[in-house]
Amino acid sequence: MSDNTHGAMHEFVKGIIKENPVLVGLLGMCPTLAITTQAFNGIGMGLATTFVLVCSNIVISMLKKVIPGTVRLPCFIVIIAGFVTLIEFLMKGYLPEMYSELGIFLSLITVNCIILGRAEAFASKNTVIHSALDGLGMGLGFTLALFFMASIREIVGSGTWLAGTKFMIEIPWVHDNPTLIFIMPAGGFFVLGCLIAVINKLAKRKPPKEISCENCPNAAACSGKESCEAAAAK
Amino acid sequence: MGYILILVGTVLVNNIVLSQFMGICAFLGVSKQMKSSVGMGAAVIFVMVCAAVITYPIYKLLEHFEITYLKTVAFILVIAMFVQMVEMIIKKLMPPLYKALGIYLPLITTNCAVLGVTITNVDESYNIAQSVVNAFGTGVGFTLALLLFSGVRSRINDSKLPETFKGVPATLIAASIVSLSFMGFSGLI
Repeated sequence: MSDNTHGAMHEFVKGIIKENPVLVGLLGMCPTLAITTQAFNGIGMGLATTFVLVCSNIVISMLKKVIPGTVRLPCFIVIIAGFVTLIEFLMKGYLPEMYSELGIFLSLITVNCIILGRAEAFASKNTVIHSALDGLGMGLGFTLALFFMASIREIVGSGTWLAGTKFMIEIPWVHDNPTLIFIMPAGGFFVLGCLIAVINKLAKRKPPKEISCENCPNAAACSGKESCEAAAAK
Repeated sequence: MGYILILVGTVLVNNIVLSQFMGICAFLGVSKQMKSSVGMGAAVIFVMVCAAVITYPIYKLLEHFEITYLKTVAFILVIAMFVQMVEMIIKKLMPPLYKALGIYLPLITTNCAVLGVTITNVDESYNIAQSVVNAFGTGVGFTLALLLFSGVRSRINDSKLPETFKGVPATLIAASIVSLSFMGFSGLI
């Protein structure tokens, strides 16, 4: 029993820092670069993705015996797209401002590598509870990375923090002389590059990461390690 | 004139990779060599144009039944099916083309740039000709970014870097500089 709880705990915690999908796994780069101009947007995008990730992980692990192996990817994508449509409705109804801020990237959660990657690498092989926890951990790790990166870009690039909420803080001096380049596309690439370099430095003595798309020609499929290997074998 | 504006806009000003941040996975994954960049780019242009043509009547159908909120589900399913079908057809009928494009095709299904183009077409309410031009321009922009960047990358590989910046960080920072240079086009439209 204690072993079981330990395992469940591990599935939850690993996604947050040790196997952080963005900073260590290098997945889901598109939304990470695109919507991190404001910390609040980062939280919104992160939580929307977490919702889709948890729901799709639960449903896929429940259906893992029903879905035939050969057509599993289209099945996964349809399940994911269904939940994305749901979150689009919820956000349009309750947070219309954030809905227009996130724009097209809300629909593009469907093709976020992290979600399909977890479906393929984890949810289609594990129990419902473990899959849900894995989804929650990975989602929170994603949210944390987005929030961290968006905070840097917002503070340096526009001199505010958490703009759009009632907790908004104006940074003195920086607010009058913002470094605009940080909230432009070029700044996104730059900040993410530096963040990953810092993570590399900190994690120097740790064992090499398991899933890495860095040297993988199939990175575009981004369906996790196993499917990458399968595609390479073809 | 409108078509030229769309073309210039998608290729240079709002380049899909460098200013819209779509298809980053493919951009970082495939831009290692010039040759694979060309293959990937050609496959992306082809799939994007076809996806634009196919999704146009489907959206009209969704509009007719007033279920346009299902566009994400419908579009991704159609793109996935289409890519799989094309792969099977060219494998059977055109082996040389399959050799050139084949390995890139399955990777394109989950490339957010393709879904992104079809959704942009709908959001901007382009007609069929504008949709095709938009898709073609976006694909060309993607290929251009990929080609330019594969050149930059081969230079990075030859240079001495601090250990921590090797690999992805250096690539991203180089991408930031390429993106900076594309900002110079922003006055064109």
